Amino acid sequence: MNVHRLPDLPAGGDDATASIIKIAILAVGGQGGGVLSDWIISLAESNGYRAQSTSVAGVAQRTGATIYYVEMAPDTGGEPVFSLSPSPGDVDILIAAELMEAGRAIMRGFSTPDRTTLIASAHRVLAVSEKIAPGDGRADAQSVMTAASAAAHQLVCFDMEKIAVEAGSVISSSLFGALAGSGALPFSRAAFEETIRRSGRGVDASLRAFAASCERAGSAGEDSVEKRPDPAAPSAEAVAGPRRLVEAWQRLCDRVDALPGSVREMAMPGLKKVVDYQDVAYGAAYLDHVSRALAGDTAENGYAFSVQAAKYAANAMVYDDIIRVADLKTRTSRERRLRKEQGVARDGIVQVTEYFHPRMEEVCGTLPAGLGRWIEARPKLFAWCDRRINKGRRIRTDSLSGYLMLWVVASLRPWRRRLLRHTVETAHLENWFETALQQRERYYALGVEVLKCRRLIKGYSDTHARGQSKFARVMAGLPLIEHREDGADWLRRLREAALLDEDGDALDGALKTVATL
Amino acid sequence: MAERSFAKEVEKLRMGAGDTFHGEGILAITKALLENGVGYVGGYQGAPISHLMDVLSDAQEILGELGVHFEASASEATAAAMLAASVHYPIRGAVTFKSTVGTNVASDALANLASGGVTGGALVIVGEDYGEGSSIMQERSHAFAMKSQIWLLDPRPNLPSIVKAVGDGFELSEASNTPVMLQVRIRGCHVHGRFAARDNVAPAMTVRDAVENPRRDTQRIVLPPASFVHEHEKIDKRLPAAIRYIRDNGLNEVFGPDSAKVGIVLQGGMYNAVIRSLQRLGLADIYGNTKVPLYVLNVTYPLISEEFLSFCDGKDAVLMVEEGQPDYIEQAFGSMLYKAGARTRLVGKGPLPMAGEYTGQVMTDGIRAFLSEHGAGLLPSRGRAPNAPPPVETAPDLANVVPVRPPGFCTGCPERPIFAATKLVEKELGQHHIASDIGCHLFSINAPFEIGATTMGYGLGPASASAFNDPGANRRSISFVGDGGFWHNGLTSSVGNAVFNQNDGVIVIVDNYYSAATGGQDVLSSRADNKTKSTKHPIAEAVRGLGVNWVRQVDRTYDVGKMRDTLREALTTPEKGPKVIVASSECMLNRQRREKPLLGAAMKAGERVVKPRFGVDEDVCTGDHACMRLSGCPSLSVKKLDDPLRDDPVASIDQSCVGCGNCGEVADAAVLCPSFYRADVVHNPTRRDRLVDRLRRGLIGWLQMRREAGRLQFAEQ
Repeated sequence: MNVHRLPDLPAGGDDATASIIKIAILAVGGQGGGVLSDWIISLAESNGYRAQSTSVAGVAQRTGATIYYVEMAPDTGGEPVFSLSPSPGDVDILIAAELMEAGRAIMRGFSTPDRTTLIASAHRVLAVSEKIAPGDGRADAQSVMTAASAAAHQLVCFDMEKIAVEAGSVISSSLFGALAGSGALPFSRAAFEETIRRSGRGVDASLRAFAASCERAGSAGEDSVEKRPDPAAPSAEAVAGPRRLVEAWQRLCDRVDALPGSVREMAMPGLKKVVDYQDVAYGAAYLDHVSRALAGDTAENGYAFSVQAAKYAANAMVYDDIIRVADLKTRTSRERRLRKEQGVARDGIVQVTEYFHPRMEEVCGTLPAGLGRWIEARPKLFAWCDRRINKGRRIRTDSLSGYLMLWVVASLRPWRRRLLRHTVETAHLENWFETALQQRERYYALGVEVLKCRRLIKGYSDTHARGQSKFARVMAGLPLIEHREDGADWLRRLREAALLDEDGDALDGALKTVATL
Repeated sequence: MAERSFAKEVEKLRMGAGDTFHGEGILAITKALLENGVGYVGGYQGAPISHLMDVLSDAQEILGELGVHFEASASEATAAAMLAASVHYPIRGAVTFKSTVGTNVASDALANLASGGVTGGALVIVGEDYGEGSSIMQERSHAFAMKSQIWLLDPRPNLPSIVKAVGDGFELSEASNTPVMLQVRIRGCHVHGRFAARDNVAPAMTVRDAVENPRRDTQRIVLPPASFVHEHEKIDKRLPAAIRYIRDNGLNEVFGPDSAKVGIVLQGGMYNAVIRSLQRLGLADIYGNTKVPLYVLNVTYPLISEEFLSFCDGKDAVLMVEEGQPDYIEQAFGSMLYKAGARTRLVGKGPLPMAGEYTGQVMTDGIRAFLSEHGAGLLPSRGRAPNAPPPVETAPDLANVVPVRPPGFCTGCPERPIFAATKLVEKELGQHHIASDIGCHLFSINAPFEIGATTMGYGLGPASASAFNDPGANRRSISFVGDGGFWHNGLTSSVGNAVFNQNDGVIVIVDNYYSAATGGQDVLSSRADNKTKSTKHPIAEAVRGLGVNWVRQVDRTYDVGKMRDTLREALTTPEKGPKVIVASSECMLNRQRREKPLLGAAMKAGERVVKPRFGVDEDVCTGDHACMRLSGCPSLSVKKLDDPLRDDPVASIDQSCVGCGNCGEVADAAVLCPSFYRADVVHNPTRRDRLVDRLRRGLIGWLQMRREAGRLQFAEQ
């Protein structure tokens, strides 16, 4: 091959920009990407480099995805011509201030395995689309981690937001620390720290976050996105109370201990939730449901039916009513958690306002079953009452009167079984549970899926009504698929569709599909 | 005003000869104006040129010393009209705005200005909001320059070149009696660099001198017969003068070897991108020394035929690098080559795409394609077949994973509850035709609100709903306009029009105390005192003054229930004519910038401070996320609980919450779950606070203990 070589060209026609260090910073608007790029410029210019930064701020500053770009080259007296924007395959250091922004950068080709040091904070700032799904709409962080490992020459990835918050600083400091620790820039740690000092604002906190992050990055720290501690199985020792109750609790625990392993693991938290909600007798009733599920269930299915029964029977029995809310909000554990979350010391003063909006439906449910039904049967009376009840109520639970109001409502707990809501919920549970058992007769998997549909019912008032209606619509599809071998699959699809949007548009579509089967 | 200080930037404006200026491109332009004896400056804020306005607005002292008049114009049209001061008087004037949107608004005045021509240098600095980061329709300012015959500068995007262009622009304007447009792209405005400063120069004639010694010349006024004369003057006198000036002063630049078979012609603004591509292909070094001849158009209108043809002379092919469409420059050059009977091939749109930003990759691909076809042998082996690895294979998989992240309402934004209320009212009364406008409130079109059907221009929200005014219809249109848009154009074009045409629709004016989206510049209805501006003119009064009878002022938008009820009333009242709701609460971003340091200082000084923040009781929340669908607040997110019984993550509020109240209000108005609470933490409590607290907590503690002693207590995990 005849290769024509021009004089004075870089040897071999090489990329002439080898001496330029190219740094792209991807962030979510408001994360301080501008501060970070200013620091990098200042660091470069005071250490014998020429540097240039650009950004495309504009409206993206308002919580959107933003990008900053920095280039630097050793100062030899000439004026280097720097680029104003990054190119795919041509970035030496990519800094992502959030995990999905790292994913976005990888998608855009800004991180390549031949050259890029990818510095990414493993924490998530969820996008609106992830938050608004009625189910779990969060993006799969693990696939971004996998892609990051494949796309980077060197990967530095850990939760830099946490380090910053712990140091009382913001993420730009810990990102700068990770940049120093990565060794990707030819400057000493002291030079980095000097840059922070020169900037002159919040210096001490910034330096703390910088140091922690620098050391972490230096030790080649890469950790998993979401570390979940093993759930500690509650046991009898973790319980305190009157001896009579502890003994009764112990007897229930013994029943749980006799269950097969996988069922036991679900039934234990289930039992705890149910007993905490009502009393030990309620716990016994719960275990009766589990036993019913277990009868006829086998190890060859991994007791999948019983496990789901243990899970969803507990959730169904612990329906959300105003007694429950009042109970939860008047506990000492709640006060402890609130103070911890709000960073208020034990002797600190915090005023707490609760937002309630009870409707006549909730009040009726809290009346004795007979009385409640009697009112419900009289729409005019019901509406008259609703006009007086249905409004927002703000209750100060740090004040005695406000607290007492909730405390009194919570004290209705012993009578819960006689109230209208309980009879309605119990009937609903029985109906659903029986349906699941019946479906299991023919197709085991379908029975399991029927149990899982309980997931659709949650929340209070409007939310609860919407969940109930979705549950009913999904179950209405059951007769169309119960005879099919792949019926379980279809029911799962219906349920997942129901969790996609608020109004159930996706569910309607799925139901139409089912109708054509 | 949002009370942001630009003191540091203002100091830079004082630099003189011998100093080196470090900073952003747009700030360099600001300094260059003062170095070139500008007499007056106006403009309308908007990315990417807001900084020029903000800094000059804070630089009253320097401007006063020099005798320079500065004003924040009511609109781009106002700004452009202000250049009339350079028609009869030899005063240099400059105005600035975002383009093409601003140029659209300004074009009436610009066309009149260009017709009559100018005596003093008139410079229109446009921030070309094109490509990544842009918030507007993708168009070119080039068309405006051509249609009105305004010269267009597009300097290389480095500070010395941009600064030089300011001086060149004034002189070119004066030499050819024509206004000059200086175009700077987004990245050029925000590029950080340096240049050697010069001393500031006071204008030779100030606006005061002019107003005290008025002049007039009927020949400069756009009315027949002068207007017909103007057209001939443009062609016979001003254009040749401009071409002479540009050529004689070498405004355009040529780089690289004198003789070569191919060359590249480029807009100045494309210079760095072209050089980067050549660097990557091994055809230029890092200082821009290139093996491919470049003809850099720092002036993209008018084009100089002789310069271009002499560049093409002896070349087989030239590549025209012209970002955006239509390809005005390429068409013009093609015509020149054809008329000259030249044999040089002109290549442009083809290897380079007709539409879209010329990013690094697009440029490199285009230049490589051009050189492989026409620059035989010029491309080194590496450049022909670069062996850099292709982007990672895993990338496509992420397309389904990584969520889009469009801009949205900030934490605590007062506009959020307005749209939450709108969503709630639509749930009751059904979907409506909703017209949007320009401003932060346009984020309503995205999740979670998904409200708004069109946006037709600044202040034109209600105007864009004016067709939906059928007396027989039993549903009304809703339209939004911000306070910025209202004062810019909405007062007459939208509200006045609605009154005059007896429009029956609902108009919501989103008032956040100043022009919030562009950085907090004051408008007429701003609530703050401003030393140099007249503020505190209530929107509601202006609207009533126009003849609107049904006006409601909501002074706390966070009251979602009240917002919803007001909207419902507006949509259902029998009252005829426009129904105007002024929804006012201060922009939270700017408010926090102002208040946070003050609160911090007060807390440090030992004063009693109550700080609100919201929280979620995670055991009450059931993970339906109905609250998120009425919020989208960055501080309200979800977290997974460590509980095998729970399928869905629950709501969670992080440290950044500012306690605006939307969460609680929405939970109330939409009848959601009672898991939200507001915690008001009392810092530096008084003795009385402590006493009351001790008493309350003693009694509450006793009640808690009494109950908890009688039941099973599970250890917390």
